[in-house]
Amino acid sequence: MYSYTDFDEAFVRERVSQFRHQVERRINGALTEDEFKPLRLMNGLYLQLHAYMLRVAVPYGTLNPTQMRQLAYIAERWDKGYGHFTTRQNIQFNWPKLKDVPDILDALADVQMHAIQTSGNTIRNVTADHFAGAAADEIEDPRPVAELLRQWSTDHPEFQFLPRKFKIAVTGSPNDRAVTKAHDVGLRMVRNAAGEPGYEVIVGGGLGRTPMVGKVIRDFLPKADLLPYIEAVVSVWNLLGRRDNKYKSRIKITVHENGLEKIRDLVEKRFNTLRPEFGDVDQALLREIEAQFAAPAFVKRSTDAYEQARATNAAFRSWTDTNLAAHKAEGYAIVSISIKKHGATPGDATAEQMRIMADLAERYGHSELRISHEQNVNLPHVHKSDLPAVYAALREADLATANIGLVSDIIACPGMDYCALATARSIPIAQEIATRFDELKLEHDIGPLKIKISGCINACGHHHVGHIGILGLDRAGVENYQITLGGDGTEDAAIGSRTGPGFPAEEIIPAIERLVLGYLDMRETPEETFLDAYKRLGMEPFKALLYPPENKANAA
Amino acid sequence: MSRRFTPKVVTANALIEGDVVWLTEDDRWTRTMSEAELIDDEAHAEIRLLDAQRQANIVVGAYLADARAGEEGPEPTHFREAFRTRGPSNYAHGKQVEA
Repeated sequence: MYSYTDFDEAFVRERVSQFRHQVERRINGALTEDEFKPLRLMNGLYLQLHAYMLRVAVPYGTLNPTQMRQLAYIAERWDKGYGHFTTRQNIQFNWPKLKDVPDILDALADVQMHAIQTSGNTIRNVTADHFAGAAADEIEDPRPVAELLRQWSTDHPEFQFLPRKFKIAVTGSPNDRAVTKAHDVGLRMVRNAAGEPGYEVIVGGGLGRTPMVGKVIRDFLPKADLLPYIEAVVSVWNLLGRRDNKYKSRIKITVHENGLEKIRDLVEKRFNTLRPEFGDVDQALLREIEAQFAAPAFVKRSTDAYEQARATNAAFRSWTDTNLAAHKAEGYAIVSISIKKHGATPGDATAEQMRIMADLAERYGHSELRISHEQNVNLPHVHKSDLPAVYAALREADLATANIGLVSDIIACPGMDYCALATARSIPIAQEIATRFDELKLEHDIGPLKIKISGCINACGHHHVGHIGILGLDRAGVENYQITLGGDGTEDAAIGSRTGPGFPAEEIIPAIERLVLGYLDMRETPEETFLDAYKRLGMEPFKALLYPPENKANAA
Repeated sequence: MSRRFTPKVVTANALIEGDVVWLTEDDRWTRTMSEAELIDDEAHAEIRLLDAQRQANIVVGAYLADARAGEEGPEPTHFREAFRTRGPSNYAHGKQVEA
C-alpha cells in the first residue's frame, strides 16, 4: 500500500502544528467559535450532541496493521475504548476533548494518517470498493487512482471553498460495491471495444434530502485522462454550483437544473483546456503510486484443511458461506469480519478487537485490512488453509458473526445517540431488528437483504439505497420511522419508494418483521431475494403487510 | 400574532470537554439540568442567551431549549433535550454515568 513521501509527511505534520496553535488560540480566547469552526472542520473535528467527534480518513478504506493498532491506542488513550466505522470508510471517535485533539492528530501522523478534508466544503475522502486489489471480478485495483485523487484533491487551492462537499467513489469492478451512483462523481472501471480498461464516469448522484441516481457523463474515459477530466467536472461545478442555498448546492442539483448535456459540453470544453496543461506529470506520479500497490506474493498451497473444517464444523461452514467472497488468486478468499454482532452497535469496534484484527491481518492476511462502507472490516487476502485459524481467533474476540449481507448486517448512522443533526435515533432500531431476527433464527433462510437506517434526511445511513430503508424523523416531538422499499446501491442503483405513513419506535420492529415474514410467504423460490420479489410484485403486497386494515388507525 | 412564549433554559456545550451544560440563575454553568435557570419571560430569555453567548471561552453554541418545571427543577420537554441530559442509549457513557 501507499507509503508517505517526505512531502506528505511534512505537509501532514505542518497541518497538525497549525491546528495545535489554532486550538491554543481558541482556548485562550484569541479566536471566536465562528473563526475557529471552519478550522476545526477542515481537520475533521465536529461538535456533536454530547461531545466533540473526530472523523479520521481511512483513504479508500485501506489500513495496515500498524495503523489499526494506532487507532486502538487512540481509542483507549483519548476516547472510551472504541471507534465507529462509517459508511464513508472513515473512523469516528465520539468522545475526544478539544485540548487532546492535536495530540491525537500527531498520533495519527505517526502512522501516516490524518483527518484532513473529512469535513467542510472540500473534496472528501475518496472511497473505493472494499474488495479492491482482491476481487475475482476486478479489472484493475482502483486504489492507485484513488490515491492519486487524494493527493490531487488534498489542499487543492481551487477546491478549498467549493459550493458544498464533494464525494468521489471508485471501483475497479463492473459489479459496483462502492455505491458509485450515489456519489457526486462515481468511477466504475469498464473495458472499451478494444479491451482497454478505462472509466465510466458517473456524475450527480447523491442521497440526502434530494436523492438522485448518478448519470453517465462519459461512458468511456481512458485511464490517462482521469485527473484532468475530474478536475474539469469539479471546476465546472465550482463556477455553476449554487452558493445561495445549501440545499441546492450539490452537483446533483447543478446537473438537474442545467441538464446533463450542458454540463457535459462545459466539462469537455474545460477538459480540452486542462488536458495539455497536465502533460504527463499525473501519469508519472500514478506509475509511482501503482508500484506501491503491487499485489502480495500469493502462494499456492493445499486447501484440504479448509475443506475438512467445512465438512466437520457447521458453525465454520455457515461463516464461510456468508462471510467469504471470491478472490482473484487461486486458493485465497476475501474475509468479511462482521462488526454487526446481533444487538451490538453497527460499525463499533473495541480497541481490543482492532488489535486482534490487526494481528490476524499481519499473520494471515499479507498485512492488509479494509473498512467497508457497510461498516464491516475485511481481510482481503487470506489463504483458505488459514481460515480455520482466522475463524477461531475471530470467535474468541466476538467477531465471528456469520451475517454478512443478511438482515442483521444493517448500516446505521450514529443518529440522535450522537449526531447533532439527527432527528431520531438509528442505533437502537438496528440493535432491535438484529436481535429480533436472531431470535427468530430465520436470517439464513431470508437470505440477502440490506436494511439501511438513517436518523435524518441527510441519509448518512444510505436508507434510500437499502432494500428496506428506514428514515428516523421527529413527528410532533416523537421519534417516527418511515420505510422505503426497493432501493439498490449496486450498478443497478435505484432509490427506494416510500411505503406510506411512518411508524413510532415501538411499532417499527414489528413492521419490519411483517415485511420480511410476508416476503418469505410470497417468494417464488428460496433463491428469489427480497429485492427480486419486490421488483416482481411491486409495492402493493408489501404495503398490505405493513398496513393491515386493523392497524391502519395506529400508523402515524 | 406571535406564538406564546414557552419556558426555556439556556444550554450549550462546554468548550474543552464538549459536553452539555446549562446556565444557572447565579451565572454558573452546570452539568445537571435541574440546576438550570428556568426562564418564563421572553425578554429575559434573550438577555440570558446574550449573557451565555458572551462566554465564548467557556461554552460553544448556546441556545434556548424548551423546558418545564419539574419537582427537582427544570426538565426537558423534547426527546432531543432529554438525550442531552443522559448521553447515548447504546452505551452507559456520558451524563447518565458521570456524577
